[in-house]
Amino acid sequence: MATAPAPLPDSPSPVPPKYQPLASSSTHLRRRKLASTLFYLLCFGVTLLSFFLLAWIMSGIFKQGIPYLNQQFLTSFPSRFAEQAGIKSALYGSVYVLCVTAVFAIPVGIGAAIFLQEYAGDNRFARFVQVNIANLAGVPSIVYGILGLALFVRALGFERSVLSGGLTLGLLVLPIIIIATQEALRGVPNSLRHGSYALGASKWQTIRRQVLPIAMPGILTGIILSISRAMGETAPLIMMGALTYVAFVPRGLRDGFTTLPIQVFNWTSRPQVEFQAIAAAGIIVLMTVLLSLNALAIFLRYRYNSRL
Amino acid sequence: MAMENPATSQIPVAGGAATLGSVAKNSESLSATRKKPLEIALFWIFALCAAVTVFTTFGIIAVLVTESAPFFREVSLARFFGEKEWAPLFNPPHYGVLSLICGTFLVAAGAALFSLPMGLLAAIYLSEYASPRARNIMKPVLELLAGVPTVVYGYFALLFITPLLQNGLESMTPTLQRVTGNPNLFPTIEVFNALSASIAIAIMTLPLVASLCEDSLRVVPRALREGAYALGATKMEVSLKVVVPAALSGIMASFILAVSRAVGETMIVALAAGASPKITLNPLESIQTMTGYIVQVSMGDVPHGSIGYQTIFAVGLVLFCITVLMNLASISLVKKYRHKYD
Repeated sequence: MATAPAPLPDSPSPVPPKYQPLASSSTHLRRRKLASTLFYLLCFGVTLLSFFLLAWIMSGIFKQGIPYLNQQFLTSFPSRFAEQAGIKSALYGSVYVLCVTAVFAIPVGIGAAIFLQEYAGDNRFARFVQVNIANLAGVPSIVYGILGLALFVRALGFERSVLSGGLTLGLLVLPIIIIATQEALRGVPNSLRHGSYALGASKWQTIRRQVLPIAMPGILTGIILSISRAMGETAPLIMMGALTYVAFVPRGLRDGFTTLPIQVFNWTSRPQVEFQAIAAAGIIVLMTVLLSLNALAIFLRYRYNSRL
Repeated sequence: MAMENPATSQIPVAGGAATLGSVAKNSESLSATRKKPLEIALFWIFALCAAVTVFTTFGIIAVLVTESAPFFREVSLARFFGEKEWAPLFNPPHYGVLSLICGTFLVAAGAALFSLPMGLLAAIYLSEYASPRARNIMKPVLELLAGVPTVVYGYFALLFITPLLQNGLESMTPTLQRVTGNPNLFPTIEVFNALSASIAIAIMTLPLVASLCEDSLRVVPRALREGAYALGATKMEVSLKVVVPAALSGIMASFILAVSRAVGETMIVALAAGASPKITLNPLESIQTMTGYIVQVSMGDVPHGSIGYQTIFAVGLVLFCITVLMNLASISLVKKYRHKYD
């Protein structure tokens, strides 16, 4: 850019400020434009690279795991022999644990969000709870594992059971549900609430009949994302001592369990190549479920966001 | 304020009852008396739900403090932070948590070195350059990838990245020997090493950084960009000198969040980074992080109640404090940013 040299304070010159020669200015401009183009290519390249990295991961894992992915793998219990090992107990364990998580975390999370968004207003307690939730969302999952170990496994005497695991994961995903639900409630226009009050509806009637139905897609998105997060979590469950050989399907809340990610971790950490290959097969199953859940959630969000 | 709303909605009912007919009066007052307890009960139920999150935080703090108290009665803070070695299960035991903290930050810093600049550049592309159509495809894919479980990245680090690094280093050895003039130089990378864990964590946090940065870049008012273009700035100058500085607190918040995620990451380091706590800056060596140590002890057969077992709560307390500080910094930055453009 052509810049005028600032006149020295002691010699106020009557001569108009000199501009740089046109030729130099145009090469300067050309250089700036070139830099801009290079920068664009850099940004684009990095974006492509990140997608490429992820494609690389997926294809690598698929190549390893696909040969082991058959019906026998899905319907067998884990075994000392890689060819006979399967993920039956892990699949059932995951479903059981996630049921407990959902039953605990969904109502509590939606309730907390309704309280913060519809009832609490902007007082000190609400602000504290809000910061607390944002912080909890960033607490490492293994710390929840320590809490679950001390609280559910030992203090409440639930042992290393489906109940302990589900509740621990429930606490872990609670912030996700609350934040998503709050976001959805915030998106409901106030005019709807006022209209409802004007017709004589009470607070709860307004929330139940006007606010919640409109916020539903957003809430649903949060629920799906939190369930998929809980499904992929390994560390807190290992922390609670869930990394054991489980060759049975849990029959109740007090039974022991294993889950899909735990099984994958277990097989990956073995030195034998065959076990690492069936770990890849386990990952394929896990990722298929998780990515479909997440895709559903993202689809819901984009669809309803564009409508409002 | 919360209790007022149901109450105020009933005032007109009570007041209007006198002027309206008796039929209206009966039904209205009936419904009013029926509703009130429910409304109050629901208020408290919802409040209790919100309180669960507060109990969670206090629960975490209470567990970490009470369970690590016996440990700190045995091992002084000076020893905990002063010793250079971490070997609580050996004889004589050493309790120098610094080697675990060093391992944690070696891995996290390595990851940040890759993921922060790459994430920001990808975010600039998505927010400033990509056509709406390209963004509508790429952003959801990024969000999708943020949902890949960490154990998958751990598998990938151990079985793909590490062999790749080993092969790469091997093929580079002759060149390195020539350049350094030392024919006996054989740089080795251990099977478990900090670098491959760093790379895996970088790949894991990349979508997070890109997605959050893109959110904050897009909030920057259009007028700022238009003004810079009017002054003759190129697209790069607009992006780097106007948009990025304007969104800086949001970008910093996402950076801190990503580093905090890397510090707390467990499965990748448990699988790929090894189990030899030491103070080193060499990413090719096997190290151990705080999270890796906690997992190792909880998987082993250290008897409950022993001082070896209590170490996991002490290490957990340090980990919790570090991540809370980072989270709070990130939260306050986000708040500052929101005020700026709201």
